[in-house]
Amino acid sequence: MEFVNRDVVSIKDFARPELEHIFEKAEDMEKKGYDKSLLKGKKVGLLFYEPSTRTRMSFDSAAQALGAGTIWFAGVEGTSVMKGETLKDTIETVANYMDVIVMRHPFDGSARWAADVTTKRATRGFNKVPIVNGGDGKNEHPTQTMLDLYSVQKTQRRVDGLELALVGDLKYGRTTHSLSYALSMFDTKIRYVAPDALQIPEHVTSFLKRKGIAFTKHSRIEEVIETVDIIYMTRIQKERFPDENEYNKVKGVYRMDKKLLSRAKPTMRLMHPLPRVDEITLDVDDDQRSYYFQQAGNGVPVRAALLALIMGAVR
Amino acid sequence: MREGANMSEPAKTKKGLIVSPIENGTVIDHLPPGKAIKIAEILSLLQPGSVVIMGQNLKSTKYGKKDLIKVEDRYLTGEEYNKIALVAPNATVNIIRNFEIQEKRKVSVPDVLEDVALCANANCISNKERIPSRLYTVSRDPLVMVCHYCNFEFKGEELRLKG
Ligand SMILES: [Zn+2]
Repeated sequence: MEFVNRDVVSIKDFARPELEHIFEKAEDMEKKGYDKSLLKGKKVGLLFYEPSTRTRMSFDSAAQALGAGTIWFAGVEGTSVMKGETLKDTIETVANYMDVIVMRHPFDGSARWAADVTTKRATRGFNKVPIVNGGDGKNEHPTQTMLDLYSVQKTQRRVDGLELALVGDLKYGRTTHSLSYALSMFDTKIRYVAPDALQIPEHVTSFLKRKGIAFTKHSRIEEVIETVDIIYMTRIQKERFPDENEYNKVKGVYRMDKKLLSRAKPTMRLMHPLPRVDEITLDVDDDQRSYYFQQAGNGVPVRAALLALIMGAVR
Repeated sequence: MREGANMSEPAKTKKGLIVSPIENGTVIDHLPPGKAIKIAEILSLLQPGSVVIMGQNLKSTKYGKKDLIKVEDRYLTGEEYNKIALVAPNATVNIIRNFEIQEKRKVSVPDVLEDVALCANANCISNKERIPSRLYTVSRDPLVMVCHYCNFEFKGEELRLKG
């Protein structure tokens, strides 16, 4: 298992033992506290072409917790990017100052391209600067998936044998696709709960079939709430529906409130990638089963562990 | 074997005329009906001064109807074979020297297409910036490709050649 200088582009690039290794290091850091000397003198570039305050702050605090300096390249206004600089040229330039680049970019596949650019650059005698994908368009957001899976494991003390419900916009929501790929490395049962028009796409289910993962499709949360160990809610966007009536019919059905939540097991944990709009009502926040804010917080140890591993500060 | 003469499947029009043989060059055979013009375009065969014979809707014992192209004094590169395969996966290419078929080759879609075709995802970085495209063949029949950059999987019908 080699992490040093490794790009983090897709969750599919990681095998189960590698994910478990990252989680072990993350748990260590949470328990023993962050060692500020681990990444002392290192520089983490946060190259964000799209606003994503949450992801950027999470990476920033992870890097700083281990003593690394961070440099933000926030937004595109006023930078050379606005003057038509290609992503390649920006990466070639930024790589001169950075030990690792965390990138968020609106185009699908931009992270793989950036990783190819710094790999090629390394053949010219420079250090390899690993690329960490902080979200490339609608494609992937691997550290989100890692923190989701870490949260599952942390709350249930295992992933094997669990029954999970993924709820909401399963068609367009990349978090549920990536999470499905990650869960397929474990022995899990997945319940997809969505309106017909937003059900999980075939490319995901055919992958699960090949891997022998048990899954079922449902149209109501009530059908699964009493048995599942995790409910992963996602937002249903109004723009996905041809008319407002259709949207209004659906949005109430895929909403978690205190009454519905009370039917779940006490050990069930309710997750959400955030931001939420109204798919989880406010009265649910104080229930012991609600976990979405801690889940977001888990981004810090997971990202810290990952940065330390790819910069060779921990093994 | 003599080109255009003793072939198992002589290229005939409805009236039984054999498309005339060439001395040196390339015969691209077993193209789906209507694809000859497209292939000629992709390979830039229709150059001033070049001798090109194109047959459309010729009788074929194997496929019913087929298109065919003969081009004199022109031989194909490996990349050109790949391009033909993407439009006409069952095409055969005969290399002719001195009226003889020197070599008969079947085209086939390669495992990796380097900068030959476009990713079918409009939001892909490879369609947004001038970078070399890279596609992997997931399956040949039916043709399915996946993009190296954005992981988008798409069918052969959605494939467009670059440039
Ligand atoms: Zn692509």
